[in-house]
Amino acid sequence: MAKIYIDNIEYEVPDGKNMLDACVSLGMDLPYFCWHPKLHSVGACRQCAVMSYRDENDTRGRITMACMLDANDGTRISIDAQQAKDFRAGNIESLMINHPHDCAVCDEGGECHLQDMTVMSGHNYRRYRFQKRTHINQDLGPFINHEMNRCIQCYRCVRFYNDYAGGGDFGVFASSGRVYFGRSEEGTLESEFSGNLVEVCPTGVFTDKTLHKHYTRKWDLTSSPSICHGCSLGCNILSSERYGKVRRVMTRFNGDVNGYFLCDRGRFGYEYVNDEKRLTRLAQKDNSKGSDVISSVKNIVASNPKMIGICSPRASLESNFMLKQLVGADNFYNGIPTIENDVVNEVLEVLTNGSVKTPSLAEIESYDTIFVLGEDVTNTSPMIALALRQAVKNQPNEKAFALKIQHWNDAAIREVVQDEKGPLYVATPYATKMEEVSTLNLHGDTSQLLNTGNKIHDFIVKGGEHQADDDFAFRVANALTLSKKPLIVSGCGMMSKEIVRCAMNIAGALKSSGKDVGIVYSVPEVNSMGVAMLGTAGSIDDAMRRVSEEKDITAFILETDLFYRASSKDVENFLHNSQNTIIIDSMENESTQYADYILPAGTFAESTGTMVNNEGRAQRYYQVFKPNNDIKSSWAWLDILIHQGEEARSFDTVLGDMISQIERFANIINLAPNADYRIGTQKIPRESHRYSGRTSMNANVSVHEPMPPKDEDSPLSYTMEGYHGQPPSADIPFFWSPGWNSVQSINKYQIEVGGPLHGGNPGIRLIEPNDNGKSYFEIEKNSKNGGKYEVLPRWQIFGSEELTSKSQAIVKRIEESKVSVSSNTLQSIGADANGMITINNEKYSVTLPVYVDNSLPDHVILLPYGLKGISGLRFPFYTDVIIGK
Amino acid sequence: MDRPLTEHIKNDGSPLSLKEYEATGGYEGLRKALKLTPAEVLNVVKESKLRGRGGAGFPTAMKWSFVPMGDNAPPVKYLVANGDEMEPGTFKDRLLIECNPHQLIEGMIISAYTIGASMSYIFLRWAYHLAAKRVLEALDEAYKAGYLGKNILGSGYSLDMDLHTSVGRYICGEETALLNALEGKRANPRNKPPFPQVSGLFGKPTIVNNIETYCNIPHILAKGPEWYVSISKSEGGGGTKLYGASGKVKRPAIWELPLGTTLGEIIEEHAGGMQDGYKLRGLLPGGASTDFLTPEHYNIKMDFEEVAKAGSRMGTGTIIVMDDKTCPVGMCLNLEQFFAQESCGWCTPCREGLPWTAKILLALEEGRGTPEDIDHLIHHTHYMAPGNTFCALAPGAMEPLQSALKYFREDFEEHIHTHRCKYHH
Repeated sequence: MAKIYIDNIEYEVPDGKNMLDACVSLGMDLPYFCWHPKLHSVGACRQCAVMSYRDENDTRGRITMACMLDANDGTRISIDAQQAKDFRAGNIESLMINHPHDCAVCDEGGECHLQDMTVMSGHNYRRYRFQKRTHINQDLGPFINHEMNRCIQCYRCVRFYNDYAGGGDFGVFASSGRVYFGRSEEGTLESEFSGNLVEVCPTGVFTDKTLHKHYTRKWDLTSSPSICHGCSLGCNILSSERYGKVRRVMTRFNGDVNGYFLCDRGRFGYEYVNDEKRLTRLAQKDNSKGSDVISSVKNIVASNPKMIGICSPRASLESNFMLKQLVGADNFYNGIPTIENDVVNEVLEVLTNGSVKTPSLAEIESYDTIFVLGEDVTNTSPMIALALRQAVKNQPNEKAFALKIQHWNDAAIREVVQDEKGPLYVATPYATKMEEVSTLNLHGDTSQLLNTGNKIHDFIVKGGEHQADDDFAFRVANALTLSKKPLIVSGCGMMSKEIVRCAMNIAGALKSSGKDVGIVYSVPEVNSMGVAMLGTAGSIDDAMRRVSEEKDITAFILETDLFYRASSKDVENFLHNSQNTIIIDSMENESTQYADYILPAGTFAESTGTMVNNEGRAQRYYQVFKPNNDIKSSWAWLDILIHQGEEARSFDTVLGDMISQIERFANIINLAPNADYRIGTQKIPRESHRYSGRTSMNANVSVHEPMPPKDEDSPLSYTMEGYHGQPPSADIPFFWSPGWNSVQSINKYQIEVGGPLHGGNPGIRLIEPNDNGKSYFEIEKNSKNGGKYEVLPRWQIFGSEELTSKSQAIVKRIEESKVSVSSNTLQSIGADANGMITINNEKYSVTLPVYVDNSLPDHVILLPYGLKGISGLRFPFYTDVIIGK
Repeated sequence: MDRPLTEHIKNDGSPLSLKEYEATGGYEGLRKALKLTPAEVLNVVKESKLRGRGGAGFPTAMKWSFVPMGDNAPPVKYLVANGDEMEPGTFKDRLLIECNPHQLIEGMIISAYTIGASMSYIFLRWAYHLAAKRVLEALDEAYKAGYLGKNILGSGYSLDMDLHTSVGRYICGEETALLNALEGKRANPRNKPPFPQVSGLFGKPTIVNNIETYCNIPHILAKGPEWYVSISKSEGGGGTKLYGASGKVKRPAIWELPLGTTLGEIIEEHAGGMQDGYKLRGLLPGGASTDFLTPEHYNIKMDFEEVAKAGSRMGTGTIIVMDDKTCPVGMCLNLEQFFAQESCGWCTPCREGLPWTAKILLALEEGRGTPEDIDHLIHHTHYMAPGNTFCALAPGAMEPLQSALKYFREDFEEHIHTHRCKYHH
């Protein structure tokens, strides 16, 4: 700890901080622009100027930038000194000379850091009387709006986009007052993390284009704490609504998970919620027995038919649990293919019974040597890729720290490090984007990667003779053995149980040799882990087999599009054979048109529930708004059916049932306050105290203000009434603090800047490593089931996820479905690079245009996962039949 | 009077070939240096009281002493010559490079030997095409003669040297911006610490010195530090200095004179005084980024201490003379427009403040000035004071303005009140 003095008051702060960080952590208001808790200091904007003094006898002091000043023992500054205040106000005045007077029409207005800092600095009257400089804006694609005239040149965008996220198609151009941030030419931003520019930019240069289409001011939004449903990482988000439409998604800081950032799938993938294909009403195919759908379904349940349930990795734990309650454990099937079910169960198995810890997403950044086996993390779990891009800086950064360069001195560190990265080793079937920062790569089919993995394991365990320096396995084993904190990254992307085990075996060997090793698995969907923990009687294939054998079955299908998960032929048989099909889902899809009954389910925006992410972290998401239609949380529909009630029982009751029955979920009770929680006597408002229009927004229907909806399921209220201080960390519906209207107000919710939220970061880990656990899992011999070519999925951040790929902005980013082959393969089948290729196996025939990818081994073919024309396809498969045209 | 740096420069302006340079005693300093240890060479330079000639006057030996030496020092170190010379009114390095490139090269080799550098670069201003050509020819000669490359003169010491021509930004003269430019990055300055001696070019220990500084080194080694101290008239440092004068003087030129020659002597004797019909109104003693001095300051010695006491800086020692028929506001406008254009755009005061300052001055010159403008200009001189900005560009830019407001305030006021510039006809 260091003793510092701020305006002659003594404070103790942790060592190694800079004074801006220290001041903000102490809750003081000191304006800044270029500094960011994750991007650290560069001293560009000069806004955090304070007076610094040599000692208590120094009465003159000098202007110093707090962000570039060490908070050492005896550091003495003044924030309040008039000279410093005048400088800060003058600096804002200077920044504002070219900033347009367009706050009223600017999307950032009301949550603009520049507005906040301007007010904080005290500057109000502009003396500049000359013309403002103007810029030409660029079309940066469907996600980000560009308005360069508003730029105050804080350089955060380029530091985030290029230095932090590894982007290469964005930069800073020109000099002096003409400095320009953008691309060298107009075009879509290529980084998977471009959306963070919206939050990183302190003003309205980069704004959310999807929000712009249905724009609402921050203070007019109804928001709730939520969990991203885009992949298995469970990034914390804030989602916001007005007039029944979700307007946007923003980052909800969670220091253990996603921190300050989100990927573009997560941020812009929400728009399907507003889609016209949403199921909003109860529906049934046959109205001859009356039009009361829910009574009909209740009657079916009451008649005690033979039931099966098909559950879903995109549905909440509670919904899946209630389905299990309804149909019984033996009849409860996971709505995913057998292979996927097996692989996810395998991940759960090795994490539960293995000896190695799976770190949180945030912890990934702390590992110093990484081996990625089989997983294209940039496309399956993008935020892991972002974390790995930070982790590869750890070893090189040590060089800078050895020169006594402070951890916060970002530009100086980068100067010492230059382009050095790693060590990061990547073994995947095809070249992934991680190779931009990797040390060495290997491409192979499943068995080649397994062999390499096993070799690495053997090297670690047995040592072994020195191999050629270019021997991949030897290099990897060597680096992992030398590492202080190695990390193995793998996942379900190759749909191989053996890959999952092999990764764990490498980690286990390192653990046995005393390393502080971690293992991270990406799993396919938001609640894949939760469903695996809940336990199912089998996969969708088992369910289909069952229905084809016993024809009098009533099938409850929870949040699953059968056609997305299985072949059309199988699904059609299934639907034909089952007696009744009751679908509980949120969107119209191929399956819903065959349903006998449809119960409209809430998406993440209209439901409350718990999700378990890839590390086994249970996290709560809350309903954002009460829609004015039939939509309910899936668990609520199921509860009505089970208990034959008029209304569903409360969320807490359902949750209580679940945790009392399933011991491994017991801790979930501590995840978040229950619905009875009050601060004083008040609930936590989803709306800011500035929310406007409430008395008039329904005036076209009635001039009487309607009774606001009540939330029986959470401690949150749907209105602006309630406690306006800081809520418990799991229940933060928006970030705001007096004087801090922008996302920068997150500072005020943290114990220290960048540190955990007050009350601890939310989420409860349900899986901890087993110290007496296994360090080795036997690997079955990988048996090729015929065919020369191995067909594997190519994962795509935009497209390889069912719901987000229905969002308008995402749709524009989905690439055309193509079959990837190497040019050798292309030649050997006599196909043309501009032609088409047909791939057949016993159930499918897929014909797609060619994409030549020479990183592929010659006998490996890729098909894009989940894209149009591919859904229902099972990976991996082997085939001899590929025909080129 | 000793003129070690320029005495052998030929009248026709052609460069000294290697042979000619050797005939004047060239590369003797290097031979001597290679017989000493780097620590001994450092000590010689320290005793010579050589101070950096780029403008700041930092003691050269002290700068070098911060470079990590010994077995644990990083294996790669760099030495860079700052030949960016874009300071308005300054053209001394050009003379040295164009007319005696081997002197520079020898100085750099000795300096590189002292800090244990293995690679060195001459960073040259974009516009110096002739100098670039002559440096390349000289480098070629030096390599062939064994002064550069592996095992220099059998000493076991190896050094490579290369020329890098800038693409033409004033900020590249700032040593850390120069390093970024040399790395192929945007020429933004870096924060110090870490200093380049610890983390410089490509993050390795690096010394950057001005061309003129290096040119002194061979002579210090060849003739000894005592001699070097003896040829100076200044208490604060040894050696001679290249002084220059431009403007309406009779003989605008560059002269090598003892460090500490008085301002009056330079203007009246060497430059021959003002042209007929012109009176001296003020002068910038060391390039555009120094404060105005006036004829009252004729008696001060042009060295780092006395000019500072008079409220300015010796800077590069190349004087810009302002006569009584030139508008001080117009001169400030010209300078501030230059500085505004050359701001790298990194920090706020410089990026926003300089263009604003230039716009105010333009308004004054065009008769659109308002009474508040003088306060606004004064505000800017405070706003861009040293320490407030990221590097020294903007504070330097404020030096002529703040002193013009002090010495020629009536001109500013007259512009505002008469809505015209009386110097324009």
